[in-house]
Amino acid sequence: MSRPPASSLFNRMHAHPLFLAHSRKAVISVPFVWLLIFMLLPFFIILKISFAQMGIASFLPLSQFKEGILTLNLDLTHYQFIVQDQLYFRTYLNSLWCAALTTFWCLFIGYPFAYFMARAKATLQPALLMLVMLPFWTSYLLRVYAWKGLLMNGGLLARVLIYTHLDWILLKLRLIVEPGMFMNTQFALLIGMVYTYLPFMILPLYATLSKMDLRLLEAAADLGATPWVGFWKITVPLSKAGIIAGSMLVFIPCIGEYVIPELLGGPQSLMIGRVLWDEFFSNNDWPMASSVAVVVILLILLPLAIFNKYQAEASEVRR
Amino acid sequence: MSLRALLYRVLEKGFGKTWLGAGFVFLYLPIVVLVFYSFNASPLPVVWGGVSLRWYRQLVQDRDLLSGVWLSLQIALYAATGSVVLGALAAFTLVKYKRFWGRTLFTGMVNAPLVMPEVIIGLSLLLMLVSMQRVFGQRGMFTIWLGHVLLGMSYATVVIQARLQDLNPELEQAAADLGARPIQVFFLVTLPLILNALVSAFLLSFTLSLDDVVLAAFLNGPGSTTLPLVIFSRARLGMRPDINAAASVIIAVVTVMVVGGSYFVFRAERRRAAEIAAAQRA
Repeated sequence: MSRPPASSLFNRMHAHPLFLAHSRKAVISVPFVWLLIFMLLPFFIILKISFAQMGIASFLPLSQFKEGILTLNLDLTHYQFIVQDQLYFRTYLNSLWCAALTTFWCLFIGYPFAYFMARAKATLQPALLMLVMLPFWTSYLLRVYAWKGLLMNGGLLARVLIYTHLDWILLKLRLIVEPGMFMNTQFALLIGMVYTYLPFMILPLYATLSKMDLRLLEAAADLGATPWVGFWKITVPLSKAGIIAGSMLVFIPCIGEYVIPELLGGPQSLMIGRVLWDEFFSNNDWPMASSVAVVVILLILLPLAIFNKYQAEASEVRR
Repeated sequence: MSLRALLYRVLEKGFGKTWLGAGFVFLYLPIVVLVFYSFNASPLPVVWGGVSLRWYRQLVQDRDLLSGVWLSLQIALYAATGSVVLGALAAFTLVKYKRFWGRTLFTGMVNAPLVMPEVIIGLSLLLMLVSMQRVFGQRGMFTIWLGHVLLGMSYATVVIQARLQDLNPELEQAAADLGARPIQVFFLVTLPLILNALVSAFLLSFTLSLDDVVLAAFLNGPGSTTLPLVIFSRARLGMRPDINAAASVIIAVVTVMVVGGSYFVFRAERRRAAEIAAAQRA
């Protein structure tokens, strides 16, 4: 193949070590700089604003340099308020509790689901994976909204629950307040969250379970282990990365969930995402909203670090 | 095989099928019921008043909704493009360059939007944009785009990274040995091989953008009300038949797009496998 002479200079330039070094730098720095500006910098800004006082239309500057004197206006009252105020404390606890419950139920439903999916016929697996992914692709807002239709008075699921008297068990568990009323309860909130986040649990679990070497189970069986023992001693430990990645993928976003509490949990649901939203949009209190956000970030830093550690191991089939 | 092992296997099979079936019912029931009720003639949400297309006819005249659709599609297109470009660069960085300054920070920042509550991403991004209003200007379509690229990029990175990791490095080495320049290796060998992942990443970030309420609520400006914002503001008030109809249309479109896209990816993969097999026979 003959090339026009102009491109040979171009090609020689590309082979030059200097160019190679620079292309590497360029590839790294574009996403790096983007993330530094739009991911990291905003966090420092809310940290800064959380120490500021709210002025009339905007927050006041943190430091002032007037007549040769530097004054700092660090305002810790928002944090004080968060720690002392009963409502905030209960909201944080309740958010963590809801996230933990959601994670538990997602794992309970999702683990066997992913397990049987990974053990289904190889020809069937792409279709099953597709069926799990499909709700994940369709609008999450609409899927949460759809639950309203099932749970409201006279809705399909509401009728079934009343007919089977399961609402009394929910009442005993204090998931609902009145028999036969499901909307705007903890129950509606939980079912919406489990429903929304279930695929996030199934996909990493499926990824680790489908990669497992099944000969290990055969070896265990040959050595006298029952399938039950084999499952707990081999399958479960080998899928640890998937369990942890999936749990974090459910737990962390659940803490700050806004749309589901708003649509299903009703005005009484104490979720931190809702409180933050109200501080910002209704009360217009930016420093308070920022402090709430900073505390949430502090709460999720540890699970985030755990997630980062296991994510790479489990992420290979998530697409 | 002992009788007991056989019993186990039969039990596991039956239990497995039931569990999978129940799981899929849980995942699909709300959607099916929603679509069913969108054909309800009655304006009351749970009273069945016969089959009708009146809510669909009403959609065509709904100005707010239609302008929301148009804006959302535009933003989704640009956001998906941006996400794939940045995601590909980030995935390339993570897979090819094992060591560089700040790699841990980089990995953390790429993964953070996957799990970070959206209210926090939205709030922090908004407060930054407000603090630097002189640089970024007024809020509107551009600021929503920024938020969506931030989110979509992380998902795109995961998808593309997975594909790059599976890639046989010998293919790129062979091309380099045969005299291809790094740029040529990338465009002639690597890019065709990861094309499927790029398509998946594009579709994923497109739907994420089309779907997002929280970021758009923080980052929108006057006159930039996206489709999810229109739907959300109405859905808050209760079940509404016009939203049911809009939802059904969106679900149908997304389903066709995703199934079609996956079929395309699946077929391309099969063709490539056949080509590789043929090349090895030759």
